[in-house]
Amino acid sequence: MVPYLMVLPAILLELLVHIIPMLVGIWMSFVELTQFYISNWASAPWAGLGNYKIALDVHSPIGSDLLHSFAITIVYTVIVVGVSWTLGMSAALVLQNSFRGRGVLRTMFLVPYSLPIYAGVITWSFMFQRDNGLVNHILVNDLHLMGSPSFWLIGNKAFASMAVVAIWRSWPFAFLMLTAGMQSIPGDMYDAAAVDGAGIWRQARHITMAMLRPVNVVLVLMLFLWTFNDFNTPFVLFGPTAPKSADIISIHIYSNSFVNWNFGLGSAMSVLLLLFLLVVTGIWLLATRRGSRRA
Amino acid sequence: MHEGVSFRIFRWVVVTFLAVFTLVPFYVMVTSSLKPLGDVQGDFHWWPTHATVRPFVDIWSTVPLAHYFANSLIVCVLSTIFSVIVAIFAAYAVSRYRFRGRNVFTGTVLSTQMFPGILFLLPLFLIFVNIDKGLGFTALYQTRLGLIITYLTFSLPFSIWMLASYLEGIPRDLDESARVDGANAMGALFRVVLPAARPGVIAVAVYAFMTSWGEILFASQMTNDSTKTLSIGLQNYATAINVYWNQVMAASLVVSVPVVVGFLLLQRYLVTGLTSGAVK
Amino acid sequence: MKLRLLATAVTLTTLAATTAACGGGGSGSGSSSDAKTLTYWASNQSPSLAADKTNLAPVLKKFQDQTGIKVNLQVIGWPDLYSKILAATTSGQGPDVLNIGNTWAPSLQATGAFLPFGSSEFNAIGGKDKFVPAALATGGMKGKPPTSVPYLGLVYGLYYNKKMFADAGLQPPKTWEQLTAAAKKLTNPSKGVYGMAMEGGSYTEGVHFAFIFGQQHGADPFDASGKPQFTTPGMVAGVKQYVDLMADGMVNPSSAQYKNGPEAPGDFAKGKAAMLMSQNNADNTLQADGMKTSEYGVVPIPAPQGAKDVASFVAGINLSIFKNTKNKAGALKFVKFMTSKQTQATLDKPFTALPVIKGGTVNFTDNPAEAKAFVSVLHTRAVPLPLVPAEAAYETNVGNAVNALVAQAATGKSVSDADIKAALQEAQDKMASSGS
Repeated sequence: MVPYLMVLPAILLELLVHIIPMLVGIWMSFVELTQFYISNWASAPWAGLGNYKIALDVHSPIGSDLLHSFAITIVYTVIVVGVSWTLGMSAALVLQNSFRGRGVLRTMFLVPYSLPIYAGVITWSFMFQRDNGLVNHILVNDLHLMGSPSFWLIGNKAFASMAVVAIWRSWPFAFLMLTAGMQSIPGDMYDAAAVDGAGIWRQARHITMAMLRPVNVVLVLMLFLWTFNDFNTPFVLFGPTAPKSADIISIHIYSNSFVNWNFGLGSAMSVLLLLFLLVVTGIWLLATRRGSRRA
Repeated sequence: MHEGVSFRIFRWVVVTFLAVFTLVPFYVMVTSSLKPLGDVQGDFHWWPTHATVRPFVDIWSTVPLAHYFANSLIVCVLSTIFSVIVAIFAAYAVSRYRFRGRNVFTGTVLSTQMFPGILFLLPLFLIFVNIDKGLGFTALYQTRLGLIITYLTFSLPFSIWMLASYLEGIPRDLDESARVDGANAMGALFRVVLPAARPGVIAVAVYAFMTSWGEILFASQMTNDSTKTLSIGLQNYATAINVYWNQVMAASLVVSVPVVVGFLLLQRYLVTGLTSGAVK
Repeated sequence: MKLRLLATAVTLTTLAATTAACGGGGSGSGSSSDAKTLTYWASNQSPSLAADKTNLAPVLKKFQDQTGIKVNLQVIGWPDLYSKILAATTSGQGPDVLNIGNTWAPSLQATGAFLPFGSSEFNAIGGKDKFVPAALATGGMKGKPPTSVPYLGLVYGLYYNKKMFADAGLQPPKTWEQLTAAAKKLTNPSKGVYGMAMEGGSYTEGVHFAFIFGQQHGADPFDASGKPQFTTPGMVAGVKQYVDLMADGMVNPSSAQYKNGPEAPGDFAKGKAAMLMSQNNADNTLQADGMKTSEYGVVPIPAPQGAKDVASFVAGINLSIFKNTKNKAGALKFVKFMTSKQTQATLDKPFTALPVIKGGTVNFTDNPAEAKAFVSVLHTRAVPLPLVPAEAAYETNVGNAVNALVAQAATGKSVSDADIKAALQEAQDKMASSGS
């Protein structure tokens, strides 16, 4: 009885904010919930698989846009997670041994993560402005790398801008997790390796990387989920409708639901996204669990 | 430990690159917040033509920033407090009891973490609206209470997971000796376990606070004029008659300071809390 | 022990209840429950939301003095307004009375959440006949009782900088060809000066010009049965006419990113652009940016030679009443008051609007030539936007397509007729398969 009472508040809240809405969302994906029905949503006509057909018909503009959005989200996720992890790992490695100024650097590197998302991203959007932004000023006026100022927030360069901002925000988290992971590696393992004549690079590869495996499993999964579901970065940079090159899945679904006011279709897309995430996460957990048993 | 020359060079390169990458936006934020409006409208300048604190004065009148600030504080502080309380109970149950449904509970709770927010934004909206209709008054939809409940649930899965793994690391002997001394489950939890788990609790609180302080998606649909939080309110600087970039930067700075300072003070707890689960 | 647990649970619930008390700030959004109050959502018509409140306060005070009804005012910015209204139709917790962009009238009518103005409702607000017919026609779908009535009248006009035109020896253009010739002559990128200002990232501006210029080429976005027909040659030509301003270098490429509203008027006011195509409420922004009414002139937006002389659509703000209002009589009184000759005369100036009632005088400008130009556009060269339920979806889909084409032109890629047709086809397909 006691444990049930203790988890009860958590269960009620989860039901109210996550589980029931999810079920309602699945129901919504099967009805034609357009702006003409939302005021009386109970009477919205049943659409069956209609919304899914529209979303998955890659020859129609809606389906092909969804596919495009999905594809760039994957590219975006791979780049952001990959680079964030690499930066976080490099920083954690070089700050593993103490030296003068290490504490200051550690603190400084964590600041982008602690900043409220909109404050950080809005600053980047100012830097990416064409006429009064810092990025064009450096590239055109200071370094003369470009003849004329570029657009960073519309057209094809928008993707790169969005990725840079996301990396700026995400890598400190990787750094934080990896630093903490390294602190729990016993120092005598390194001492033993040093006695065996292993240099610092070999130690990094054989001890640090091996010991960080469990941290990495969780870290990469979290970075993946956050990045794949990222809504904040494109929303603050571009508003409710992102340029096509940066139209990643969350903002794409948002504009299909709220800009066009078609919640049935938006929900069908969300459900497809959820299925995809479930599959990927499942495969990842299975693969890493099998791996860790072998190890 | 022998670091070697190649490692030192590598360290220098990494640290320099990351320091620049990290700091440039802060440089822009700080210098631009001290510029007169003309400076942020024309070509970018590294320095203000003349430094002014006007933007820091004007931000409070251009949009009702203080009001948004108060909303954010109320929503975030309360959702953090409740999130931590709910998470403590759930995590204690999960770590100390083997009850039927325990794995289903932890599995479900943790998996909600991966749901795309967009999936339940609209359903949640319908649910809140209908609860309000049933109650006959506005309790949840576009109210601070609705936002508090939503936010506290957002941070809940991760908080429970983080706290549960932290509590796993606290020896059971501790609660058992308390029980021997006559305390019940609650007494053991509050008198013995929680004090020992203080870093974990702080970590969870920091996480919960930051999650809600930066939330945008739900705030964009679930607030109105009087309940708007900072994350949405800050965008109002762009829709006024001019785009006041200097004020946008000043306001960004002002709303960031409390969280950044708090985070930096408490970050060592977050480090311990975050990894206690992952490392084991 | 269980008792202790229960006690904790009770404490938690009490805590939750205290938060409910703090959380009650949202009650202002709910529809008013008694006959002595009304909730009113106003749109942003002044240079800032705060200014709107200041401008409306004395008017609302006067209404309270006359009727004893207190009006709770909320001013909502344009980027949020449509979603907030639709959200309110879902929740049933809308205001009693609200402003809508008149182009949304048929779409909002189709949701069934708004009060139709039948003959008794019209009688209650002072009769159908008091309104200017062109403005009244925007109230809803043809053949049905409208669900909104006109409140503020707006139309597009071509603003030009008198000094820049005089210095270059130019006359205000009477044809589109003269306009582009003048724009090219006045463009000097090395000085940061361009012939035309443009809010290139704003989807509403994009679709407005696609519509106006399409009309000049005789194209209607919807056929008689309400089906979209976006890819007709006239529609393509209309979009091209707009995008070419950017493609041919008459517009500062940076304006492809402008989307908030004040940027293009700002460029014009600061002398960075010689012309501006905007609705009459640009006056607000221009004056706030320090431009005097004597420094600019206004003429109707010209059409290409031989094309139809359409210079605007009938834009403006309408008033609607939520069907589930608990104070219908009060709401009607309020609409009557807001559309009375006296209130109109008071509000037209700060909101820079044209009168929507017969016999109203133009008060928003002290420049008689400007007043004359806008009135003549409204009366002789303005057509209504399509009065079909899919109108709002048309605005977003075509507007976004036009923004993308403007962006393409700004980033230096040429925009062909085929590109425009493909973009419009895509917008049309989205309308078809999204059920609108």
